[in-house]
Amino acid sequence: MILVYDDTFDGLLSAIFDSYLYKLDSVEIRSVRVYQPEIFNETQEVITDEIKVKRLQKKLLQLFGISGLNKIFKAFLSESQDVENLLFYIIKTSISNNKSILNDAANDIVLSFDKLVKKVHREKHRMEAFVRFHLIEGDIYYANIEPDFNVLPLISKHFKSRYADQKWIIYDLKRSYGIFYDLKTVKEITIDLTTQNKKGIYNTIQTGQGDKNLLTTKQLKENNYTNLWNQYFKSTNIESRKNLKLHIQHVPKRYWKYLSEKV
Amino acid sequence: MNYERIKEKLEILADAAKYDVSCSSSGSKRANKNGGLGNSNGTGICHSYTEDGRCVSLLKILLTNHCIFDCAYCVTRKSNDIKRAAFTVQEVVDLTINFYRRNYIEGLFLSSGIFKNPDTTMERLIRVAKKLREEESFNGYIHLKSIPGASDELMKEAGLYADRLSVNIEIPTKEGLKLLAPDKDHKDFIQPMKAVKSNIEIYQSEKRLIKNTPIYAPAGQSTQMIVGATGESDKDIMYSAHFFYEKFKMKRVYYSGYIPVADDKRLPSIGTAVPVIRENRLYQTDWLLRFYGFNIKELLNEDQPNLDMDIDPKLNWALRNLHLFPLDINRCSKEMLSRIPGVGMKSVRKIINARRYRKLNWEHLKKIGIALNRSKYFITCDSTYFEKKDLTPLQLKNKILQESSSKYSTHLNNQLTLFS
Ligand code: SF4
Repeated sequence: MILVYDDTFDGLLSAIFDSYLYKLDSVEIRSVRVYQPEIFNETQEVITDEIKVKRLQKKLLQLFGISGLNKIFKAFLSESQDVENLLFYIIKTSISNNKSILNDAANDIVLSFDKLVKKVHREKHRMEAFVRFHLIEGDIYYANIEPDFNVLPLISKHFKSRYADQKWIIYDLKRSYGIFYDLKTVKEITIDLTTQNKKGIYNTIQTGQGDKNLLTTKQLKENNYTNLWNQYFKSTNIESRKNLKLHIQHVPKRYWKYLSEKV
Repeated sequence: MNYERIKEKLEILADAAKYDVSCSSSGSKRANKNGGLGNSNGTGICHSYTEDGRCVSLLKILLTNHCIFDCAYCVTRKSNDIKRAAFTVQEVVDLTINFYRRNYIEGLFLSSGIFKNPDTTMERLIRVAKKLREEESFNGYIHLKSIPGASDELMKEAGLYADRLSVNIEIPTKEGLKLLAPDKDHKDFIQPMKAVKSNIEIYQSEKRLIKNTPIYAPAGQSTQMIVGATGESDKDIMYSAHFFYEKFKMKRVYYSGYIPVADDKRLPSIGTAVPVIRENRLYQTDWLLRFYGFNIKELLNEDQPNLDMDIDPKLNWALRNLHLFPLDINRCSKEMLSRIPGVGMKSVRKIINARRYRKLNWEHLKKIGIALNRSKYFITCDSTYFEKKDLTPLQLKNKILQESSSKYSTHLNNQLTLFS
């Protein structure tokens, strides 16, 4: 039996809940994102249900504590292939043992779970560090990102409490959605970027060839800050200690695209 | 804002500030107040890394590089023929706020050459911090340098705005200081540390009684020592460090391999390599003292005044104490687990957790991620296979070095790549 859920965390919890509710055997859980109909397997679509989510969450909190549950959520955001069934297994085994298996650092399943959590956690940290805002129309601080994992839900709190007095948008170009803080709350948004010749919003003229004269005074001013930052980055380096290998280990090249000091 | 002029100042004054290795923005908890700007959440973030692999977390600049002193080891010294510049208070405030809003930095680290006299300098640094806090509602991280010789009153005020204060002792021995900074007095360094330490204690005890007592330097104090400028031993450095940790409750002591900045007979000549390996060994020693429960005398003493550059200090200690090993991974205490070479504190925790589920064998230990190439000679586990134990310390050291040559030879890392 295949349970197909809506690709949200709540959807996954609902699916797991259903497997218990209907006492389903040999269940596989799949996201609509990757699901392809199979002829020999019975399929059931899961309906995300808040009440089921709440009930299972309560049980999970009991078993794993808040930090364990957060880990499970992080692993989920890795979007890695078959992560649903990994999580399903961990939850199932812990429920039947009535004890979390997550501290068993020598267990293979837990090991691969820990790896996922670590990767997502690292990406969360990286995004908190590597987001580079620039000021755009409407006095909004805007940043483009392309994280390896779906970390917007994880970083939203950090940015909200830090930049409480400025409007900001962090936009995930890979997943085509962003979060927008309007001085009150953080909302998910999508921006129509199809008219742009380069995906995302930049501090340059979109149509021209980046002719400097076409920049508004605001944009020029904005560029000045980028340049000052780049100057700082250059001046704070100590040439005689240069260690590019270490540098790249800390700031892998795939992130350079949106780091003003690396452009 | 005159962009070109600011850029030039930034070039000069960031360059002059870079020899201070501390860029930490951790250890402070400052919530975002009244919907203002920023916070410090305790851990600190590295927003970028320089090409030499160091964390960029703060806007680290000098207010000015004009200085009335002539410390031989310092680029900013009076007799050095370099371009001088000075920021205004407002310029530093604007740069900090604008960098912060763009998520470039966690805050400001402001130091300065000493112009006119210590108090005038300290007072100007405080003005920047005060303006940031009071006019810009800035809750990000502020690290101010305590200027040697500044008055107790100013140090008291500084801590009301800064998260961290630091005086760099720079030269680990009094004799060295006399030689290289003859017009500076050792007690001028100590006095501001004392003032800050006692203020921290006063405010903390008041806080216990009165809830809305203002916070005072919540991230504490730090200091820095230059390594390899005066022929001091590792023991000199670490005993000094130990003194500052104990006596002044320092949060951190930093070790900075000397980068030659002058042709001066008293100092290594320009072009001499920066002692990065030594620096790294000192940091490892520092960690053993702070987190692994080691006593300084176990690591450095009369018989052993210098660290072994080939191997890390924990392995070195273990080789001198082979009679304590092997330890049974499945039974030994947390304290002893943390003394096994190749086992870091993270692994200690994992081992303790995992051995509740089952007895651990080599396979398990490998999965947990402990560095078996070193640890296997010092432990037993749920297995009948053990490394032979009849090697002398020297034989064992060579064996380990051979088996892990790549790790020890080329990896020059001045950030904390410590015990895996
Ligand atoms: S007082 Fe400070 S800035 Fe001036 S020369 Fe000495 S170390 Fe350098």
